[in-house]
Amino acid sequence: MSTRIFGSGIRRREDPRLITGSATYTDDITLPGMVHAAMLRSEHAHAKITRIDTSKAAGAPGVVAVYTGADIEGALAPMPCAWLLPDSDLKIAAYPCIAKDVVRYTGDIVATVVAETPYQAHDALALIEVDYEPLEVVIDPEAAHDDGAPQLHDDIEGNQAFHWTVAGGGDVDEAFAEAEANGVVLKERILQQRLIPNAMETRGALAQYNQATGELTLWNTTQNPHIVRFLCSVVTGVPEDKLRVIAPEVGGGFGSKIAAYPADFITVFCSKTLGRPVKWTETRSENYQATTHGRDHVQDVELAATKDGKITGLRCTVHAGMGAYLSTAAPGIPTILHGLMLSGVYDIPAIKEDVYGVYTNGVPVEAYRGAGRPEATFMLERMVDILAGELGMDPADVRRKNFIPKFDDGHTVVTTLNYDSGDYPGALEKLLDHTGYADLRARQQAGPSNGKHLGLGLSTYVEICGLGPSQVAGAIGFQGGLWESAIVRFHPTGKVHVFIGASPHGQGEETTFAQIVASEIGVDAGDVKVVHGDTDATPMGWGTYGSRTTAVGGAALALAVRKIREKAKVLAAHLLEASVDDMEYEDGKFFVKGSPDKAKTIQDIALMANVAWNLPEGMEGGLEATTFYDPPNFVFPYGAHLAVVEVDASTGQVDLTGYTALDDCGPQINPTIVEGQVHGGVVQGVGQALWEGASYDENGQLATGSMLDYALPRADLLPDIDVISTVTPSPHHPLGVKGIGEAGTIASTAAVYNAVMDALRPLGVKRIDMPFTPERVWQAIQDAKGN
Amino acid sequence: MFAANFDYYRASSVADAGRLLAEHPGAKLLAGGHSLIPLLKLRLAAPSAVIDIGRIAELRGISAGGDGLRIGALTTHAEIAASSDVQQHAAALAEAASQIGDPAVRNRGTIGGNLAHADPASDLPTVLAALGATLSVVGPGGERSIAADGFFQGLMMTALGENEVLTAITVPAAGGAGSAYAKFPHPASRYAVVGAAANVTASNGTCSGASVAVGGLTPAPVRCAGVEGALSGQALTAEAIAAAAEAVAGDVGEDLIGDVFASAEYRKAVASVYVRRALTAAAERAG
Repeated sequence: MSTRIFGSGIRRREDPRLITGSATYTDDITLPGMVHAAMLRSEHAHAKITRIDTSKAAGAPGVVAVYTGADIEGALAPMPCAWLLPDSDLKIAAYPCIAKDVVRYTGDIVATVVAETPYQAHDALALIEVDYEPLEVVIDPEAAHDDGAPQLHDDIEGNQAFHWTVAGGGDVDEAFAEAEANGVVLKERILQQRLIPNAMETRGALAQYNQATGELTLWNTTQNPHIVRFLCSVVTGVPEDKLRVIAPEVGGGFGSKIAAYPADFITVFCSKTLGRPVKWTETRSENYQATTHGRDHVQDVELAATKDGKITGLRCTVHAGMGAYLSTAAPGIPTILHGLMLSGVYDIPAIKEDVYGVYTNGVPVEAYRGAGRPEATFMLERMVDILAGELGMDPADVRRKNFIPKFDDGHTVVTTLNYDSGDYPGALEKLLDHTGYADLRARQQAGPSNGKHLGLGLSTYVEICGLGPSQVAGAIGFQGGLWESAIVRFHPTGKVHVFIGASPHGQGEETTFAQIVASEIGVDAGDVKVVHGDTDATPMGWGTYGSRTTAVGGAALALAVRKIREKAKVLAAHLLEASVDDMEYEDGKFFVKGSPDKAKTIQDIALMANVAWNLPEGMEGGLEATTFYDPPNFVFPYGAHLAVVEVDASTGQVDLTGYTALDDCGPQINPTIVEGQVHGGVVQGVGQALWEGASYDENGQLATGSMLDYALPRADLLPDIDVISTVTPSPHHPLGVKGIGEAGTIASTAAVYNAVMDALRPLGVKRIDMPFTPERVWQAIQDAKGN
Repeated sequence: MFAANFDYYRASSVADAGRLLAEHPGAKLLAGGHSLIPLLKLRLAAPSAVIDIGRIAELRGISAGGDGLRIGALTTHAEIAASSDVQQHAAALAEAASQIGDPAVRNRGTIGGNLAHADPASDLPTVLAALGATLSVVGPGGERSIAADGFFQGLMMTALGENEVLTAITVPAAGGAGSAYAKFPHPASRYAVVGAAANVTASNGTCSGASVAVGGLTPAPVRCAGVEGALSGQALTAEAIAAAAEAVAGDVGEDLIGDVFASAEYRKAVASVYVRRALTAAAERAG
């Protein structure tokens, strides 16, 4: 087997089972004696519960039990928050699994019914009587922070969950004073609307508690089963040694399956109490209402620059809506993952940002593909284009003027991050050449054709991925480590099992990790099985998010295989009666220098190591290695994207006619999978710009409560996405790889936004809130005309 | 998503469906299920009984005769879109059917179910109003015909009487007329935010007759007498079509639909664009 398997776009081994419907998701699992839970969710966004009567529901056909907030008191601890921002005044609101006195968003759980069938459980929900005394509602994060705003939590003044600041470089106020006097200062308000993550599989849990042994198995749609085990133990009191969490097939997450959720632990409570397996599967309506949303920033941004387009300062204030409670990792997202990235690909000498995390009467906000970084990229990329417009420069030229020059072993930006490697100017130039940017600009100069205005939008980005060094995790308040683990086990026949702590759910690591093993030790990728998602079978790991599985877990795996290679070399030398120093390795064969014809294959070695008939003195039997890899730094993938749009001024319809993504994620293990990740990522970012937006009305009811109203990207509304790349290895990573899962989303929203605004610039339109619904675009055109 | 309990009956004929409807007050008819089942699952509809007419063979299929097309109520959108008879005699109908929902919806959803449900954002009512179609219904009082133009009476309201079953749609022969449908689809639901259907007869490049209807922005399809009158007798130039299309703003009246995606004012303002597009395509097909 050749090492060329690294870099080969082989087909994903996951796909046959997914495409033919033979994968097993949580909801596909049925256990003897199993009963079904359904959650009664608040119809009010903010109200006191004055009375709750479950007696009719309890007597309904098939109903086994009904539980309210009073029933779980003492049995289920409040939901924990696991990202305790340092250097902030973080205030964590009590987050009960079932609301007892006050509900704080439409979807807050007020009771749980357990019945013999899911239909009976849902029928009984309607029989629970709840009296509410409505309270004032606040949805907008800025309004929620104002004096006199309705208070969500008695002990948290001004609904402020935290105030966090990042500042770096020179004196930002001085930079602005200088720009006011001799340069330009630009101000912009940017709204990052709430988004619904929309994983294809809704969430669910199946809990099986054995009252005889005290052992619990929890099947759960999660991106990180080991973290769920930890948090489930904290909330339900089942000790970790008696707790097994299995993430079976998980149908996408996009960040919405990182957090632990009340309903999962209520399901555990029900099983513990009833001694029967209990399944809960979220409906799509519940998913919209009660699974975490993403984004929700009100950003006030100021940029200082010289008159020839050099950026001298960035100053901003962000009100980040956190929703009614703090979800598991929520505080880190608008802060660490956002504020620290505000230099982007640019050399900006002074940066300051104030972030206010604010409680609102919406569902909690969490990570959503990109998580903080799209909101940072958008902010910068928008301001750069506004600067270009102000100065009459081409947006590409403003970027050229401000890029950090090429570097291959570290560059520290004023927000203190040390980027690993990058060639931002090179990426942009390659993109402009590839797309014929100059020709497109010439076409645009020719004016609209058939009433359609052409627009070009650039987005040049860098992202922080491969989270991350555990020491840094501790310093930034993340209540866990961020290393990853791998066990590699050779069987006597030379076949291999790999056990990983991360938990892929659509990213294709069952394929790419087999490719890593194959390329490192010369076995066929088809001989490697990758096992993940079961805390009883796999080593501890921190999960799949933040484009970290390959960047961190892939490194752990490569190093584990290299340990095996070292042991195999010693064993081969022994079998060939040679000195280890004289041994060479190539493509799965170990041989004495100059005698490749008398080689021992890795399969020969695996057999001998396992039977252990003839091992060197002191060598243990078996051929297995474990690595816990804690990265020395983050990785920083980057790229340059171009969106091309046509805007029909008569209707406001935006047509995305072209999209080119240049991404640099270092060496690509499987270019087909990289392309797929870019496609999916770009499309989700385009969705934010053009179609998606979760909208609550003034009473806190979700106006976009189903796919009839919440517009997801559809294939026929998108052009072919052209995917190209450059390759800049990470200097500190054993394989040089970075990460690609979020790149598309981080870049594309800004690219499309800039393209639409570029098209509308001749019409005098300055800003439109996302998404670009035709009416908003049309209205902006009318307003600019003075109509 | 879990529907409330209901009893299920399968009708073997139209007469059987009528009998079952009479026996089960409040029952709902099930054809392709693409309007009813989502309502059941969201518990927005909770009938005590559902009567499945989906396997009544006599309600299925398209036949073309000298006086036009007869389309059985159970004919699916996909069948209508793919039918060469429909494409030839009622291009607007094929065009509209091909744009309903997505392939799964088009393969299961039926014309009869669509019309009887009478969603204001639906495409087919608008088209049939412009094409002068008639709907055949069978009920306790026997069979009768209702003009499409008068069938749709408001938001999800039709001229269907108690225990009547919609059985077929008749579309008059095109003669030399050309028809077209222009649609502004909602990006999520694919229903029409604005839909415009036009049926144009021309002689030597002059419009000798036009019938135009719009939907999506109104509770039921609206025939556009103003547009029709403005174009009649005019040379079918781009300018004349554009000028006539502007009259739609006066035709649609004040009872307009708006939502969080597109306000009533906006829909009204852009309706002329879609009327113009439908007229332009229809005029090209007339001859």
